[in-house]
Amino acid sequence: MLNIQYFASIREALNRSEEELELPRDVKSVQALIDYLVSANPHFEAVFIGDGDRKAGKVLVAVNQTIVDRKHLLSQNDEVAFFPPMTGG
Amino acid sequence: MISIQNEDFSLGDEYAAIRTRAGDAGAIVTFTGLVREIYGDDNTAAAVQSLTLEHYPGMTEKCLKDIQLKAEDRWPLLATRIIHRVGELYSHDQIVLVATVSAHRHAAFESAEFIMDYLKSEAPFWKKQKSKNESSWIESRDTDKEALDRWQKS
Repeated sequence: MLNIQYFASIREALNRSEEELELPRDVKSVQALIDYLVSANPHFEAVFIGDGDRKAGKVLVAVNQTIVDRKHLLSQNDEVAFFPPMTGG
Repeated sequence: MISIQNEDFSLGDEYAAIRTRAGDAGAIVTFTGLVREIYGDDNTAAAVQSLTLEHYPGMTEKCLKDIQLKAEDRWPLLATRIIHRVGELYSHDQIVLVATVSAHRHAAFESAEFIMDYLKSEAPFWKKQKSKNESSWIESRDTDKEALDRWQKS
């Protein structure tokens, strides 16, 4: 099972903080996972795709708590997280 | 040592604790970050009542540890201390503490700044500001990313 977590503005826009997902066989990469999530939940499109000018447009991805790019390959049991750019300190 | 906590911290207590761990130190630098008054687009105080800090438990600790190790690789540090608060905070509250200990002041000053610059851009914390009528997520600033450039060049 893939564990997917959402934080901050992404969590609020999607109205969910966490979900478990059986990794579909044809989903190999982070980008493929995003495409899959958007096709399963059409309201995800505004968050993950949107247009480049949208202020809150940037979504970062971490796999197993390390930031990765969208070409990163997934494995069953990965922990995937989606969140906006950080604003700590 | 790294702590993520809701509670406030005492700079005096932290200083005393790191001083006892410091061995043959010649310099201790401490940096404390505070919650500022937040102003609206029209530059008037936007009646911000509080700031809520969210983080990604697990990844936060891992990121701060990585940043600490990077600093220790780069400067001869005898001890480091990082505290970051989460939860609801108000204007003038303490939010973050970074302390670095070294034989000489340059290493202590530079490493404290390095840790803060990386913490702001790489550690998974997010701030939401709340006023009487609305709340909104604070957006990241390009200047925070640019602050990392100088550490990568040299």
